[in-house]
Amino acid sequence: MNELMNAFESVFTRSNIFYMFRGLGVTLYVALISVILSVIFGTILALFRTYGNKFLKGFSVAYIELFRNTPNLLWVLAIRFMVRMPEPFDAPMYSGILAFTLFTSAVMAEIVRGGLNSVHAGQFEAAYSQGFNFFQTMVFIILPQCYKAIVPAMLSQVITVIKDTSFLAQVAIEEFFNNSKWIMSAQIDSTVNQSMRVFIIFGFVALVYFIINFTLSCIVRNSRKKQEA
Amino acid sequence: MSAFSAQKWEKLFQNIDLFIQGFGTTLYIVLLGLLLSLVLGAIFGVISTSHNKVLRGIARVYVEFFQNTPLLVQIFFLYNALPYVGVFIPVKTIGIVGVGIYHGAYMAEVVRTGIEATPKGQRDAADSQGFSYVQTMLYIILPQALKVMLPPLTNVAANLIKNTSILAIIAGGDLMYQADSFASSTLAYGPAYVVVGILYFIICFPLARLSGYLEKRFGATPKPKDYTALLSAYSMGKGAAK
Repeated sequence: MNELMNAFESVFTRSNIFYMFRGLGVTLYVALISVILSVIFGTILALFRTYGNKFLKGFSVAYIELFRNTPNLLWVLAIRFMVRMPEPFDAPMYSGILAFTLFTSAVMAEIVRGGLNSVHAGQFEAAYSQGFNFFQTMVFIILPQCYKAIVPAMLSQVITVIKDTSFLAQVAIEEFFNNSKWIMSAQIDSTVNQSMRVFIIFGFVALVYFIINFTLSCIVRNSRKKQEA
Repeated sequence: MSAFSAQKWEKLFQNIDLFIQGFGTTLYIVLLGLLLSLVLGAIFGVISTSHNKVLRGIARVYVEFFQNTPLLVQIFFLYNALPYVGVFIPVKTIGIVGVGIYHGAYMAEVVRTGIEATPKGQRDAADSQGFSYVQTMLYIILPQALKVMLPPLTNVAANLIKNTSILAIIAGGDLMYQADSFASSTLAYGPAYVVVGILYFIICFPLARLSGYLEKRFGATPKPKDYTALLSAYSMGKGAAK
């Protein structure tokens, strides 16, 4: 019991906790910015695919199929190693945001497309008959209904993004899992209770991810139930 | 475009057997991982609809834990933490087990929703004919639920394929790993990533197509009350064709 307490004390020092939670901040920041950008780009792609001319539609389909059928990790690595980010965004974190935005936009586009298809065609006719042009119809009539329908699907995607940001540890972006791994390797040099400490850190990492994502998945379930009722 | 210079392409084609080897490993891990995830998904999906509270609880915990923590953390646990307590698992086995258990949780949710979507009367009818629980599931419920389950199942399968790339991080010898180590030793990042992208696309795209096709075929399963309308429409169409 005493050993366990000691292990806890040596893992959860003030500086270690600070370092891990700073990583968690990066994780959440990357996820949030990527999701916001992907909803915007995803909506544009979905509009192209649903209402665009041949060229726009082709572009959108090609983009979506390309990113949906290749691994996210591939894009994380490719962007990190091959794209030089412009001046104010040259911190490694931004290449992570770019990779996740590119990838998640394709997924969001499919989700938004599903939402657009669920809006009744009569809504268009009604809007046109009131003199709305295409842009107005979209912004004021169709998209609000579409977004309302796809909130659960979008939130599930947020969970996926939060989980997948752990890939960024591989390209040395200082997010939560990366920082936790650093603390782990710092614990390994002392020979006493190594295994206990490593297990404590893994348990803590899993717990933090679990609390965030489980909360989100409860929200997803509730909003699904509300929609069905 | 020096990132894609002819020299780099040449290097890649000199080492193409690395990529073929990695592709083979990825396929091997995908097949066994898929099998494991399907078995786990079927088991946990079925017990999450059972009447036994304990069994339902176990299924819930399994699904929630594995869906809400990153696959990378799970795989790292198998690779990095278990050796401290004397458990050494070969990397490829870690891949199969890690990917299989993680996606098994998603499969279980698909199976559960599929079972819940079949009308309750089917179960009562099977009960009344003296079918046991397992028989009811195997012969009555699952065959009907399969239609609803197939499109999302192929989706999960495609995600499983893409997620095997995570093994690159623990030196799993898979396609992504071979490409990454080739790229970092020769600096031919461009060609390596392009070839890997194409190879993943080759396996994932047909699955995505299949999923889309199945959704069109089965997705709009008519509700019972619509059957009569559907039947009359069908026979009218036939008559018109004659």
